[in-house]
Amino acid sequence: MKQQIIVSGMGGQGVLFLTRIIAGAGVDMGLEIFTSETHGMAQRGGSVISTVKVGRFHSPLIRSGQGDVGIFLHPQNLPVHGHLLRLDARVLVNTPEKGPWYHLDATAMATEMGSPVLANLILLGYGVGKSLFFCSPQQVERAIETISPERFVENNLKAFRRGLDA
Amino acid sequence: MKQQLLMGNEAIGRGLVEAGCTFVSAYPGTPSSEILGAVTTSMDEAGSPMHVEWSVNEKVAFESALAASYTGKRAAVIMKQVGLNVAADPFTRSTYLGVKGGFVVVVADDPGPHSSQTEQDTRLFCLFAKAPVLDPASPAEARDMVTEALELSERYEIPVVLRPTTRICHSRQNVDLRPVQDLERKAVFEKNPGRWVATPAFLTGLHGELNDKLHRISGEERFQPTATGPGRAECCIVASGIAHANVSDLLEEMGLGDRVDLYQVRMPFPLPRDFARNLARDHEKILVLEEPDAVIELQLQGKDKNILGRLTGHVPGQGELTPDVLHTILLDFLDLPEKKKNGGLQQNPPARGRRPSLCPGCPHRASFYAIKKTFPKGIYPSDIGCYTLGMNLGAVDTCHCMGACISQGAGFYHAHAQDGDDFPTIVVTIGDSTFFHAGIPALINAVVQKARIIVTILDNSTTAMTGQQPTPQHGVLADGSPGNRVVIEDIVRACGVGFLKIGDPYDLEGFSTLLREADSFIRSEKGGVAVVIARHPCLMDRKNPARQERIPMEILDDCVGCGICVQQFECPAITLDEKEKQAHIDQVLCVECGVCETVCPTGSIVRKGGAK
Repeated sequence: MKQQIIVSGMGGQGVLFLTRIIAGAGVDMGLEIFTSETHGMAQRGGSVISTVKVGRFHSPLIRSGQGDVGIFLHPQNLPVHGHLLRLDARVLVNTPEKGPWYHLDATAMATEMGSPVLANLILLGYGVGKSLFFCSPQQVERAIETISPERFVENNLKAFRRGLDA
Repeated sequence: MKQQLLMGNEAIGRGLVEAGCTFVSAYPGTPSSEILGAVTTSMDEAGSPMHVEWSVNEKVAFESALAASYTGKRAAVIMKQVGLNVAADPFTRSTYLGVKGGFVVVVADDPGPHSSQTEQDTRLFCLFAKAPVLDPASPAEARDMVTEALELSERYEIPVVLRPTTRICHSRQNVDLRPVQDLERKAVFEKNPGRWVATPAFLTGLHGELNDKLHRISGEERFQPTATGPGRAECCIVASGIAHANVSDLLEEMGLGDRVDLYQVRMPFPLPRDFARNLARDHEKILVLEEPDAVIELQLQGKDKNILGRLTGHVPGQGELTPDVLHTILLDFLDLPEKKKNGGLQQNPPARGRRPSLCPGCPHRASFYAIKKTFPKGIYPSDIGCYTLGMNLGAVDTCHCMGACISQGAGFYHAHAQDGDDFPTIVVTIGDSTFFHAGIPALINAVVQKARIIVTILDNSTTAMTGQQPTPQHGVLADGSPGNRVVIEDIVRACGVGFLKIGDPYDLEGFSTLLREADSFIRSEKGGVAVVIARHPCLMDRKNPARQERIPMEILDDCVGCGICVQQFECPAITLDEKEKQAHIDQVLCVECGVCETVCPTGSIVRKGGAK
């Protein structure tokens, strides 16, 4: 079992958190996990990217054209990070616009739920529901329960399930 | 054993506690910043008491930890690569005098660089300072190397450097947690002036001992490079650190694992003694992959063989060795035909992403805006931290290294003043943590040298860029317990500054008035350095107790779309629809600080409900 995933978004959208959830699900499943993340200067609202490699790898980085799955919290990042994905990669974009990918207006749904930052988990839920990732909904839910700060667990789960059902 | 997903920095921090280290000091800097925090997370498990501290700078941090090692305890100091420049003085001497308890110097490098002012290679610095250095290739290995470094340090009484890079520090991997060692050591300092005071008379002897130590370390069995591959292949690759990890994955992906031998060098300096000779014996072509500089390659050169790398131009002379860069290098080295591009979703070269900017509601934005408005012809030296992003607003003209802004400001002043009486207003901006780090000596110098400059201390009461570490003014220790406070204004006064005012930059008009008063002072007969403290807490700092008043804003339809709020104020929450000539507030991003009200020249940005 090997999967190379990119998580792309703008600083503040919860790219890092989403990465940790996906990776956490993998660790629970007993898989080998490698992630890379963006820190420091790039985090202040700029474009950020994380990678998750599942299975036997030595390095956290993904070579151009090798990514299996891409989850984009902001459509503006498609031309910035899209080159990392394979031609037949499964791509998930947070946008109301149709395109040659899975799409969902997660920000609108999250705003409706009262917290736009939940868009990340809604989008993940949608992707997991479509079986784009190596993990099942139950495995992700367990990771959300373990990794979220206690007072956010309930809302985070709600957001994830909202995406699953979308 | 329990597996946990640990960031490289968390793995190193955990490793320090597991190894029985009881004194850890640091100054935050990306990519090293999370290591000390990870130490505090695990320190409850330590049997013996631990001292952890955020020091005011790396030199102080180094010297404190070094003294702890002199008492026989295991100690560590943590910094980023440019921090080692600050600590260079104690570092270079410490290899000569040596240590007692294991002393590991963790220096995180930033090839790329992602958030640093240089790409410098700490391993090269170690070659210069004659310090052994270990180069981990993964978070798990970084954790293991902490113990190895401390043991090596103790065996040879020498400081040992652990040099992770950004991709180690900020990647996460599943790692086994190991039990914490309790060494139960009590501090015993054995006086030995010939060593610990070492005057020049002793140093030639100590240098000889140091060289002898390095020679013996280079023969250490456990640090001989390990190899994968068919064995004695014609072509081999020598790699260290993350370059080794990247090339491992790449060889597998390209199905080349049985064509090349791949060596991992875990100790790039001193390079294991027999390694060069064995390489030359067993292989025709040797490619060296390391970042950011050519440290191993340098030590292999002159061995009468075909050594290819950064020095020979077969590897780019700068920048990160990403899988993409390595792919090209490998095709060339192994003389492989370039496969059809794999390019995925889009075939065009990657576009530039959105640039980072100060957060919505950041008090620094208000300070910069006020400075620029008040002194449109000013010169603006600035410094290292979030506020470097003031560059986007046109309010940062220079940024060199920690604390340099005040010295540069003084330099600008003297250069202009020597031409005549008139001089431009020079407004220096420096953050509170940076002020404590290296601003104070520069401020004293500026005062003594009669510079006439305005120094604005942007005091958001934290070290924001690196993750909210406390500053001395906060009076909070690394583990969250209370410490003593040192207040900026007391220091400013003690430096002999003749003008000191404090204001909240959110009050743009009031703050601009302070700046004008400061300008009158520096131009007055008895004028000199003026200090204005711009005080407003960082909005990202959850430790700030009092949340500020919320002032919901809206933009009226009479907006003419002049773009001043977007281009000059650059709040990420305001966007401009150029066709409609109308600015909009993104209510999701807006933190309702209300500062933009004053910025609009047509009065179209107003408080919701109309009350102005």
